[in-house]
Amino acid sequence: MKFTYRLEGLHCGNCGGKIEREISKIKEVESVSVIFMSQRLIINADEAHIDKIEDEARKIIKKIASDAVMSGR
Amino acid sequence: MNRRSVEVLISFLLFVPGTLLHYTGHPSLSLAILLAAYAAAGYTVAVAAARSLRYGMILDENFLTIIASAGAFLIGAGVEGVAVMLFFSVGVLFEQAAVQKSRQSISELVEMQPVSVRVIRDDREYEIPPEDVVVGDYYSVLPGERIPIDGTVVSGTSSLDMKALTGESLPKDAGTGDSVLSGSINLSGSLTLKADKVYSDSTVARVLELVEESGAKKSESEKFITMFARYYTPAVVIAAISVALIPVLAFGLPADVWVYRALVMLVISCPCALVISVPLTFFCGVGRASRSGILINGGAVMDRLAFADTVIMDKTGTVTMGTFNLTGIYPNGVSEEELVRYAAMSEYKSDHPISRAIIDYYGDAVDASLIGESRNIPGKGIITEVDGKTIHTGNAGLMKEIGIESVTAEGDVTNIHVAIDGVYAGRITISDTPKFDSAVAIEELEMMGVNEIVMLTGDTAASAERIAEIVGVEKFHSELLPEDKLRKLEDYLDGSRKTLLYVGDGINDAPSIARADVGIAMGGIGSDSAVEAADVVIMNDSLCKIPEAIQISRDTRKIAYQNIVFSLSVKFLALGLAVLGLAGMWFAIFADVGVSAIAILNGIRAYGFNKEFSCSAPNPVCQ
Repeated sequence: MKFTYRLEGLHCGNCGGKIEREISKIKEVESVSVIFMSQRLIINADEAHIDKIEDEARKIIKKIASDAVMSGR
Repeated sequence: MNRRSVEVLISFLLFVPGTLLHYTGHPSLSLAILLAAYAAAGYTVAVAAARSLRYGMILDENFLTIIASAGAFLIGAGVEGVAVMLFFSVGVLFEQAAVQKSRQSISELVEMQPVSVRVIRDDREYEIPPEDVVVGDYYSVLPGERIPIDGTVVSGTSSLDMKALTGESLPKDAGTGDSVLSGSINLSGSLTLKADKVYSDSTVARVLELVEESGAKKSESEKFITMFARYYTPAVVIAAISVALIPVLAFGLPADVWVYRALVMLVISCPCALVISVPLTFFCGVGRASRSGILINGGAVMDRLAFADTVIMDKTGTVTMGTFNLTGIYPNGVSEEELVRYAAMSEYKSDHPISRAIIDYYGDAVDASLIGESRNIPGKGIITEVDGKTIHTGNAGLMKEIGIESVTAEGDVTNIHVAIDGVYAGRITISDTPKFDSAVAIEELEMMGVNEIVMLTGDTAASAERIAEIVGVEKFHSELLPEDKLRKLEDYLDGSRKTLLYVGDGINDAPSIARADVGIAMGGIGSDSAVEAADVVIMNDSLCKIPEAIQISRDTRKIAYQNIVFSLSVKFLALGLAVLGLAGMWFAIFADVGVSAIAILNGIRAYGFNKEFSCSAPNPVCQ
């Protein structure tokens, strides 16, 4: 299933790529895409794991781009 | 002005006198002012750098900027040190502003997003969020407002401005019973509508989603840049460390000279310009297309569109209008009027497009009380009792059944024969007409280098040939069943062509749309299956949008390539010159911030501010 989030305050283009790479390493994530221009994070994953993935994604974002806030689903 | 801009401005206002004092021989006063300038711009950067360090990310751009600028201070190049920090900060602010600006430049789309809907429940109006509207809700839209949700007009008449959706500037009338698309603006009258869809399935939500998520399908150049960025910074940092250490330790060369060179390299170590400008370019390109009613699903699609060399299109509804028109009346022993009247009455109970064409042509109200029993003979026609007479309406096969042999017929149109009480009364011809711009669009495609254009249709060879001749398509395949179309398409996907486009209305050809290199669905975002399968959705019915989509893709890619080549050349040149000691801090600042700014400004051009595309082929054939 596809889950779309907003990534507000993502200012650095390079960070988008790093976030994408890190999130893709989470085992349960089938595919992930960070769209820098429209500030979107799209995760494809099984619905059963999405809460866990969300928590880990938040940690990754805080580490790489501390200004960016992940919201909505 | 936000806090960060103020900090940078203060830094700049201190930097100018600090620099002047430095060059007029007041070293200590100059140093004090420069340190203040450094602190003003650098504080925020240092905080960010410290946070990155805590997470163990030493290749963070903030951290590298601190090293480069502080290092410059330490080896006595204070002016350059402040300049690095100051211009780095200006660069970041500029990047943010530019990104913000281009995000806003698709604001025509963002504006379409409704805030609330006035629904009418139990005779009262409530303002509720669009997400809460359910199918079947009644809602009102006043003149000047945007339609928030796809619906059907229940009462009121108005004209609608659909420019934001289709790029079409001519308003469209809407009255009771018409379905209207969300995103269009109600121009003149109050309308009461009934919701056909929930908000998330409505046109406006779909368009927004498509544009906002189009960035997920990244172009080759975007992928290259992401890959490049991954290795560029570490490589430059390692090179800079080597430049600082090896000549000094191994060859005993002067440390200050080589450390300076290494610091210059660090200034150029961020790939920011590229990482931002390339996706920005594609985003603006997608924005340019959507402004024109073309939804392109990402940079990856643009990559393929730009190299289109084969276009396969469905005939009915794509090349032609998909509506049938009565083109000829050939009575036999009765008047023209009588022939049409009997035909219209006998076809009255049928919804077949051909029946509708005859009834529409007849125009007058049909007296339904005169129409008796009506019997449909599949593949042949209709037998109806009208005013006590038996009317046979259909093809030559039906006529043969009642003993009327060898009727005349034209080969390239659909012939409807009529017999009254078994006596041949003549025939009516019906045909589909090409869209007014089909011929021009096809000529334009050929001029753009598409060397094979093929039309597919389920119709007879004769009627396909007629349309092909009018619009200038040389190759067509006719009498195809729906599943044959996909097979035909696959014949063309034999690897001998670069990029194959398939254009269809998306209603019954979703498999072909999905199978082609680029699947294009025409005529709006209405059909779910089409939108899911399509790479490109054309919001209106114009075939001219196909060459336009190709042109936009080519323009966008060209700008992205300019940015890549320009940024990489300047950066590598600056790195090389830095090692040789021929480029100082100032050149490095230009290679970093200046190049960023130029690449971003160039990228914004992809939005095509003044570009209006029109099929420019000479002598448009109007049908």
